[in-house]
Order: sequence, then structure tokens, then C-alpha cells
Amino acid sequence: MIFLRRQVPLLITLVTGLVFAVQYYVPHPASEQMLTSVTKWLQIIGGFALVLGVSSLFHVHAMKIRRKEVGWGYSFVLYVSMLGTIAVGLWSNGKEAIDGAMTSFGWIYNFMMVPLQGTMFAILAFFIASAAYRSFRARSREATVLLIAAIIVMMGRVPLGEYLIPLSGDLSQWILNVLNASVRRAILIGVSLGTVALSIKIIFGMERSYLGGGKE
Amino acid sequence: MPIETIIGAWVATGLTLFIFSFLYRDNPLFKLAENLYVGISVGYTIVKTYDTVIVYLIWNPIVKNGEWALLIPVAIGMLMLTRYMPKAAWLSRYAFAFIVGVGSGLAIPRVISSYILKQIEDTVRPLLIMVPGEGLSFTWSLLSPASSLNTIIILVGVSSVLFYFFFSVEHTGLGKVVARTGILFLMVAFGAAFGYTVMARMSLLIGRFDDLIEFTDPSYGRPSLWLMGLTILILVMMAQRSSHKSEEE
Repeated sequence: MIFLRRQVPLLITLVTGLVFAVQYYVPHPASEQMLTSVTKWLQIIGGFALVLGVSSLFHVHAMKIRRKEVGWGYSFVLYVSMLGTIAVGLWSNGKEAIDGAMTSFGWIYNFMMVPLQGTMFAILAFFIASAAYRSFRARSREATVLLIAAIIVMMGRVPLGEYLIPLSGDLSQWILNVLNASVRRAILIGVSLGTVALSIKIIFGMERSYLGGGKE
Repeated sequence: MPIETIIGAWVATGLTLFIFSFLYRDNPLFKLAENLYVGISVGYTIVKTYDTVIVYLIWNPIVKNGEWALLIPVAIGMLMLTRYMPKAAWLSRYAFAFIVGVGSGLAIPRVISSYILKQIEDTVRPLLIMVPGEGLSFTWSLLSPASSLNTIIILVGVSSVLFYFFFSVEHTGLGKVVARTGILFLMVAFGAAFGYTVMARMSLLIGRFDDLIEFTDPSYGRPSLWLMGLTILILVMMAQRSSHKSEEE
């Protein structure tokens, strides 16, 4: 039983990992077809993974409602809005618009989801400004550099900033395209080396945390 | 104007103002809008996933084109759901092993090619450019990311930042200078990222204000004005009620 529970999953990881690592170096139509198929397969399997996540959300809020915990009314609102959106979405065949005409699902998207999402992210502007005021004091040389770079980029992104500091537009572009790009590149190289190392560890069974705990 | 657009304007304005009410303090109107947002977002994701995965990737290809091989990923996906049956939960490992194995295998050559070799190739570029009629030329323009001067700056930036994260060598002497240069580059990048994010959020904020201003139009029934008054009134009433409560206690 341990073979089925522990060894077979590791064997699946080893075989699939090696096959798809080698696939990159095989420029044959069959190899390309295999890649296309497995990409579609991963999309399908990912859909089932969503069921796991959503069911957890269902469970947490269902328990809150059942036990009448503090704020259970909000959980009820969440349930109703979720089930309502699902019902309307299925009724509209998952389309926001049909032949240019907005469906009920499109109405929910345009007049509820977009404003809620936009405003939720927009209020972050206030919190970022407040956090910046508290933490962005030029206490050290590094903090001063960060502060100056942030101000130049902010100024360079709006016409008013460019009007007040004429150089800020070009300077902002230079910071983003050269200084920022070099740091992003270095971080990307570091992260990629880590990804490759982790992938090798996973394929050869040295990293097994993805199998989860539990018996055997 | 169509009635659904007018109702939509009222709903969008109300929800926008409910979220903005959080700037005063945490309150039931904000919590209502927040939970509504989570519910609608999850519902939307479920419908879109159903439409893409079940209808377009599974049902249509199997029923219309007879692609029965697609039953294999369906079976693997179903194995994931065995997590809910304690006795058979171990079967879900097969699904995870498949996803992780394929993902790791696909990642190794592609990450090395696109994110390591390509990035190094773009970092180590020739300093001198052959200009027809002029011969070899060193370009000083800072505005062109491809200029020779910027090539040197990028090379210094990438090397120093990589060295800063390399802890196998003690950062002393020349190493300390290189590491500190890396820190300065990192600080500039963090500042730039911060400034960029703030302006992106500002852009969203302007978008929301733009909508609120548009919805003050009489053709919509001025929802922005009416609902702003109503929201303020509710917040004042709630504040009074909570102050009465605290006085009684």
C-alpha cells in the first residue's frame, strides 16, 4: 500500500518531469502535439482545482451562518451574491454580451464587479499615501534614494509633474528602462536559478512537500 | 436612456460610495460592499471556468469531435476531489504529482532559455556600435536604453544586485562596495515600483471619480448626489448610535 500511496506519485512526477524536460529538445510534430495536448490537460485539471478552493470558501461561510457567528449576515450576503451571479451567468451562457447587446451577466459585470473592483483598488491610493507619509522619511542614504526615485517616477507619469519638473518625464523613463530594468533582470535571474533548482529537486523526489502530510 | 443603464448607474454609484465610506472608518456599508465583491467575483470566476473548462475544453471536444482522450485529464481532475474522502484522499496525490511533474519538466529548459540565458545575453551587449560611414561609435545618450553608456549601467546594476544576494562570499573590502552599489540600485527600483504603483492606483481613483461625476447627470436621476447624501446620513446616524451606546456603558 505504501508503494501505491508514496512511490507511485513520486514515479509519476519523475516520468512526467523527465518527459516534458526532454520534449523541449525534440523538434518533432508529435512532440509539439504532446505539448499542446498537455497544456489543454493542465487547464482542465486546473478547473477541478478551483472546486477545491471554492468549496473551502463555501464551507467557512456556511459554518458562520449555521452557528450565527458575529457578522453572519455578511456571509449570507456573500452566499446570495455568489449564487445569484452563478445563476445569472449560467442563464446568460457565460456571455457578457450577445450580438452586441448586454446580457444580465454583463450587467452584473459592468455595474457591480467593475465598480467594486476599481474602487477597492482605488482606495489603496489613500493607504499607500498614508503609509508613505509615515515610513518614507529620509532617515538614511538608501531611504533618500528610494524617496527621490519614487518622487521622480510619480512626477514623470503625469502632465502636471512634467510641467513642474520638466526633466522628470525623461528621467522617469530612464529610471524605469535602465535602473529598474537592471534590478528586475538580476532578480529574475536569481529567481529562475531557484526555480530550476527546485524543479530538479521535485523531479528527483528530494522535495516532496507537494504530496502533503497524512498517513504514509 | 435604457432603464437597465439607469438602474446600473444607481447600483454602481451606491457600491462605489459604500467602498469609499471606509476612508471614514470601518462600517457596515463597507462590509456589505466588500462581501458583495467577494461573492460576485467568485461567482464570476466559477461561471467563466465552467464556460471555458467544462463547455469548451471538455464537453464540446468530446461530444462534437469525439476527443475521448480528454477523459484522462477529467479523471485526473476528479482524483483531486478525493481530498474530501479521508479513506481515498491519497489518490489526490496522483493528480498533484502529475501537475507538479509536468510543471517542473516544462519549467527547466524554458526558464533556463528565456529567463537566464536570454537575460544574460541582453545584459552583456557590445559597447561599441558599427555606424556606416563613421566606423565604431560609443553612444552616450541616456535616453536610449540601447546606448553604450546605458549598457554599462545595466551591466553594473545586474552584477552588483546579483552579488548583493550572493552570500557565499563575505561582503568586505571591494565586495562591500559592490554590495552597497547593489543596494542603491535596489532602492531606486523599489522607489520606481512604488511610484509606478501609486500612479496606477491614482489612475483608478480618477476613473471612479469620473464615473461619479458622470452619474450626477439628470439623465441618470443624479444618483451620485442622492446616494452620497444618503451614505453620509447613514454614517452620521451610525456614529450617533455608537456614541449613545458608549455613553450608556
